[in-house]
Amino acid sequence: MELISAYSVPCFIFIFLIYGFAKKTDVYASFTSGAKSGLESAFNIIPSLIGLMTAISMFRESGCLELISRAAAPLTNLIHMPSELVPLGLLRPVSGSASLAVVTDIFKNFGPDSTQGRIASIMMGSTETTFYTVAVYFGSAGIKNVRHTLFAALAADLTGILMSVFLVQFFGF
Amino acid sequence: MMNYIWGGMIIVSLIVSVFTGRVEQTAAAAVSGAGEAVNLSISLLGIMCLWTGISKIGEDAGLIRLISKLLKPALKRLFPRLDPDSGAFGSVVMNIVANLLGMGNAATPLGISAVGKLKKLNNDRNAASNEMCMLVVLNTASLQLIPTTLISLRQTWGSASPGGVIPAIWICEICALAVGITAVKLLEKRF
Repeated sequence: MELISAYSVPCFIFIFLIYGFAKKTDVYASFTSGAKSGLESAFNIIPSLIGLMTAISMFRESGCLELISRAAAPLTNLIHMPSELVPLGLLRPVSGSASLAVVTDIFKNFGPDSTQGRIASIMMGSTETTFYTVAVYFGSAGIKNVRHTLFAALAADLTGILMSVFLVQFFGF
Repeated sequence: MMNYIWGGMIIVSLIVSVFTGRVEQTAAAAVSGAGEAVNLSISLLGIMCLWTGISKIGEDAGLIRLISKLLKPALKRLFPRLDPDSGAFGSVVMNIVANLLGMGNAATPLGISAVGKLKKLNNDRNAASNEMCMLVVLNTASLQLIPTTLISLRQTWGSASPGGVIPAIWICEICALAVGITAVKLLEKRF
């Protein structure tokens, strides 16, 4: 486990570079053009991040977050989920930047290595923005009836959310 | 949807702050939250560009095609009605591989073209085919091997082991994927 976490990132970069050289790609030109597109997407999310981090900070400071956490406590206690993670579980399938803002808020208040921080990390890393993905893929092809897609996708999301809690609380990740 | 969530959160926060007597703190949070968003974006900027740059090397070198060849036999089982040599199946596999490698910029156009080709095979009907549902569910389950943004965020907030959550994320992804695939297969007969 230690090995995987320490070596996965460098291995990834190593394989990409070696393969690039093997295929005689101009790796530096590819890198800079890719980094430029990253710059664009990073800039593009700034407006929504400003809006969402404002909303989430206000939500926490006004005491709303605490009210929701208390209301959800009977349910979250049952599965040993820290109540601070309820907003993340609710927002994760809806918006990528909103969940990024919530995770940042959790890291700031509890630290990334706390129980809350680790569950939030695993939840964020193992689930996707379901509603957005369904809208983009089916919307672009003009599909109106998505049939069972949403049910199946949300079942997968719920599994990811519950498993991230269980892995930290019962399996010591 | 974000329209109501965002507006609702701010309005509810303002109303609740009056009852909890935290109006001042809430107003201060609005200002500091906006500032933090900019700090967060700036601190993630470098590492995000680094990763999109590295991904582009793999993309330009044809890594997606190579791994697609390796994964084709396994993915045939998920799309039993698709001809493995068709263009539609090719786009489906490449979309899944781009997701695995964290090439979000490459994955979305591949996925959109895959859905378009699947629609043609489905006689241009407005209802999703079984193959489309499977493809979209695979895309909504996170397949990414290295969650780069998350690792950068953990590093920014001073984690002792930013990548320490990767094994847990993989276990979680596999479970979610298994449930998603089973749900698609079970539900496709009922819808």
